[in-house]
Amino acid sequence: MNGKPRILVKGAGVAGLTAAVTLAERGGVVTLYDCAERVGAGASWMAGGMLAPWCEAESAPAEVTAQSVDSVDWWAAHVPGVVREGSLVLAPARDVGELARFGRRTSHFQTVGEADIARLEPDLAGRFQKGLFFADEGHVDPRKALPALAQSLLQMGGQVVLATAQTLDESGFDWVVDCTGLHVRDQLDYLRGVRGEMLLLRCPDVILHRPVRMLHPRIPVYIVPRDNHVFMVGATMVESENAGGMTVRSMMELLNSAWTLHPGFAEAEILEMGTGLRPSYPDNMPRVVQQGRHVYVNGMYRHGFLLSPARAREAADLIFGP
Amino acid sequence: MAASFYGQELSSALMLGTAQYPSPEILRDAVLAARPGVLTVSLRRESAGERAGQAFWSLVQELGVPVLPNTAGCHTVKEAVTTAHMAREVFGTDWIKLEVIGELDTLQPDVFGLVEAARILTEEGFKVFPYTTEDLVVAERLLAAGCEVLMPWGAPIGSGKGLNNLFGLRAMRAHFPSVPLVVDAGIGVPSHAAQALEMGYDAVLINTAVAKAGDPVGMARAFGLAVQAGMLAHMADPMEERDMAVPSTPVAGKAFLG
Repeated sequence: MNGKPRILVKGAGVAGLTAAVTLAERGGVVTLYDCAERVGAGASWMAGGMLAPWCEAESAPAEVTAQSVDSVDWWAAHVPGVVREGSLVLAPARDVGELARFGRRTSHFQTVGEADIARLEPDLAGRFQKGLFFADEGHVDPRKALPALAQSLLQMGGQVVLATAQTLDESGFDWVVDCTGLHVRDQLDYLRGVRGEMLLLRCPDVILHRPVRMLHPRIPVYIVPRDNHVFMVGATMVESENAGGMTVRSMMELLNSAWTLHPGFAEAEILEMGTGLRPSYPDNMPRVVQQGRHVYVNGMYRHGFLLSPARAREAADLIFGP
Repeated sequence: MAASFYGQELSSALMLGTAQYPSPEILRDAVLAARPGVLTVSLRRESAGERAGQAFWSLVQELGVPVLPNTAGCHTVKEAVTTAHMAREVFGTDWIKLEVIGELDTLQPDVFGLVEAARILTEEGFKVFPYTTEDLVVAERLLAAGCEVLMPWGAPIGSGKGLNNLFGLRAMRAHFPSVPLVVDAGIGVPSHAAQALEMGYDAVLINTAVAKAGDPVGMARAFGLAVQAGMLAHMADPMEERDMAVPSTPVAGKAFLG
């Protein structure tokens, strides 16, 4: 290969944008393509944007934590607005046993009492006696972070091609990195969609500084603060590929959790109900698969923001050598 | 070999649910470790649209274990009957585990709706596995409606409390000596499962206790062994309990010192 490799990255979700920026940093001439009219038009737009390598160990394999410990640093180095205030895990009084279980499965946290909770989140003072605080975690707003990555790509001389009617001619590229999720399920065995539903609420009556996870034996929910009194409440996990509107049941589960966290959410305005399909492999771990000059980065499941930096490095190592 | 359910003998007295595992791969490994006789699959949530859950259902069907679809989360007779129809089409089986939930905090069955739905479904040719309480009168009604299996709860779904009403469960076993009985719901640890089998129950159904364990595969293996142990113990005719000690080594004829 003479000179800089020309690389087409297909799919402008979190996996594609992260890959495009990483490949451009390694010296590739990168064109990012998406058939939608804007970046982040898929499941990434609905993501919580929690950078929580240790919390995720509750249900994810140990590799998720190992491969994402530096993800907070990656995002902080690449986009503005990364908040590094940790995350807080709480449970309603009747489900307090869930905290013990969560603590046994995770690490890198402190157990906090009522006074600590009041200091961390004054609006929650007196509402919870016990919680777990993961101080080194962070969060980011996907709707700001993804466009910011597209901007960095442009600044590095890359191209972003959106919403072209005709399919892009791939013959002019040395490599094609495909990050189009479920669009390529026919090319990738065992890829499936896992439905997730989320809400955006505007609630000036409640102030939170960090994501709060509300544990529940059946329906764990997280609430992530955004700017301007907006909160993201998510997310259901349903083994279904129906991308249709949110169900009443899911809506009630999400709202119940928000209300249990703070009754001030009763007055919140519902700004948006979102549904997305998370591309997932049977082990719910992402894969980088090479087929000739095609490299597929897919199967991010619920860990797009956590794991895409590591998977982008893996794809870059395939192309440029480790 | 477990009892016969609607004429079919199962390879194990363990019935395993497929919900809430960390991943389908861990579910598969748990099934390989536990070797259950039946896998239950909830149709309600997974199928929010036309065959939208097919990807997951295919993964379950590839495991090669008989599938018992269930109507988990249904609160009305109509919902349960509709879900049973969908299940028959999706899984090609007339077996249906019938749940009609009556109360949200305990998820206890609405036994009135249950009997009604069981009658409708058996008339349509379904082989119904009803999730019920240990109430004998309800059990009689379910049998009269055409059920040939009963699935009383051990404790509320997902509570892990074990066999809450031992007296009631024993009475049920004694009252229906020839009806296959399965303890469904509430089992938390393998000893609970072994206890049900020791009492003469024909099978146990477990989901949360395996899926939500720290190591679901290890816990699945433990449940597989516990069910075997409980069944062997039942067949070996356990000793009677008694109030006073009975020395296992007779002292008669031995010299006493001091």
